[in-house]
Amino acid sequence: MQPVLVAKKLSKKYGKVVALDSADLELYPGEVLGVIGDNGAGKSTLIKVLCGAVIPDSGEILLDGKNVTFTSPIEARKLGIETVYQNLALSPALSITDNMFLGREIRQKGFMGSFLKFLDKKAMADEARKRLSDLGLLTIQNINQLVETLSGGQRQGVAVARATSFGTKVVIMDEPTAALGVKESRRVLELIGEVRSRGIPIILISHNMPHVFEVADRIHIHRLGTRLCVIDPKKHEMSDAVAYMTGAKQPPQN
Amino acid sequence: MNKVSDDISKDLKDQPKFTTDIGEKDQDHHSFDLGEQTTLKKIQHFLHGNPTIVPVIILILSVIAFGFIAGGKFFSAFNLSLIVQQVTIVGILAAAQTLIILTAGIDLSVAAMMVLASVFMGKLSVEMGVPTLPAIAVGFISGIATGAFNGLLVTRLRLPPFIVTLGTWNIFFALVIFFTGSQSIRSSDIEVNAPLLHFWGERINLGGFVFTYGAFLMIGIFVFLWFLLNKTAWGRHVYAIGDDKEAAELSGIRTDRMLVSIYAVAGLVVAIGAWVSIGRVGSVSPTSFYEGNLDSITAVVIGGTSLFGGRGTIIGSLFGALIVGVFSSGLSIAGLDVLWQRFALGCLIIVAVGIDQWIRKVSA
Repeated sequence: MQPVLVAKKLSKKYGKVVALDSADLELYPGEVLGVIGDNGAGKSTLIKVLCGAVIPDSGEILLDGKNVTFTSPIEARKLGIETVYQNLALSPALSITDNMFLGREIRQKGFMGSFLKFLDKKAMADEARKRLSDLGLLTIQNINQLVETLSGGQRQGVAVARATSFGTKVVIMDEPTAALGVKESRRVLELIGEVRSRGIPIILISHNMPHVFEVADRIHIHRLGTRLCVIDPKKHEMSDAVAYMTGAKQPPQN
Repeated sequence: MNKVSDDISKDLKDQPKFTTDIGEKDQDHHSFDLGEQTTLKKIQHFLHGNPTIVPVIILILSVIAFGFIAGGKFFSAFNLSLIVQQVTIVGILAAAQTLIILTAGIDLSVAAMMVLASVFMGKLSVEMGVPTLPAIAVGFISGIATGAFNGLLVTRLRLPPFIVTLGTWNIFFALVIFFTGSQSIRSSDIEVNAPLLHFWGERINLGGFVFTYGAFLMIGIFVFLWFLLNKTAWGRHVYAIGDDKEAAELSGIRTDRMLVSIYAVAGLVVAIGAWVSIGRVGSVSPTSFYEGNLDSITAVVIGGTSLFGGRGTIIGSLFGALIVGVFSSGLSIAGLDVLWQRFALGCLIIVAVGIDQWIRKVSA
């Protein structure tokens, strides 16, 4: 099976600090790939390179087998790599609809849209409502509610719905449960399953081992700027993963 | 009072919840609990959702209060329409200022920009024999250019708007003095050489209410900007940038380009104000509207727009300008010294910002 996203020998140095040392990564269709690593292992640089926020010194990225380069998150997004940032990148004072279409609004047809540039608010609200309920997320009554009136989990839902709405090939989720309570975390994990069931593969970065072990199909362990190994969460214990991550135990040779 | 709070609680009840009819399975994950709320909390929530209501209430209360204090003279058609005439220029400047403040910026240079544009219009048409319409066009270009200049300094040099516009305020003011040699262009000369410059000062009488054309133009500007801010992507992006610039950037908005365009649009609005100001004042005076910068900020703040960006409405600023007008007029008819007008205005500003801060806490 051809991977959707492949990173080959990515390297990145900040002065003398090697953040990425010829790191590889593969993401297969329809899977959730957990990415874990100790602090300073370079996983966040790896993710920033994949989402376009950091330009690597060398190495290549293949999307659907084709070599791609991008120099900003906006370009990466245009190619179908969507990122749900840890801070969610939502505008709290705008409505759910406004947020979902921020930067890619739908204009009205004809003169009103092309000349006066009026927005088609109804089309956007309908689409936003559809996206949210497609994700089994919510039956929203008031799609024009301001995002700041939502709970943390609901905001995460809006961010995920936005990320999966526009011809997305890959979703990168950075610490989606870090700021959430138990119930809300549970809901976000269900949401990840929902996105996967729609055939969109996910890269999940998290410090929360139980969460990663629960939803990931494979777990990529990052250590010292490169991929140490990829493990199957069904065949390994959490304590093993932590031991590999910290160098206390040698990883299995696959 | 009871009736008001009843109305508010009814409004809150009627507000659809985020999730009401979701399936049983997900119930506990989604309940959007309003919880036990005091009346005060409800008011806070209500104001949070309807920020323009505060200036509207203040406007109505101050009109009623001054009706009692100053008597029938205040309510005369002449006086009420005079208030509108008097706030025209500050109102237009406040419209431009609102755009900037919505992006979490501030523009201390709007009045200087306006005087500079009016100097171009007056100099070219009255003293250099340029036909009036091209001269006005040059004034408009001056407004757009000075606005964009502010925007470029804010985005390219990454300087705080406060500092940028503090600098350009002085620069534009110096340019005004340079071009005019501190000389005013007399009203009579304008009347002879370029009467079109006085167009917005023409008056019409509607059953005792006397309005200048400029007052209608001011309303027109507010309506236009309301459409721009609420019905177009550009407008939504103004709010998004003021709300959280980084989030806006990550959502794919080119924030720097947007900011330059916002400052340029504000500059154009200011230049329209320049034309109106010539009609209002009659002459072009290099030292006029020296307090216009701060007056426009006052109107915006009293109008309920947050100095921290992303929150507020353009119409609120119109009410803000009217409140200032009502205060000045009412206090002077009541026979109070100018110093007490300033005193009252100062209190109003602090109360307005205090209310804004309180309302903002609702989301925390």
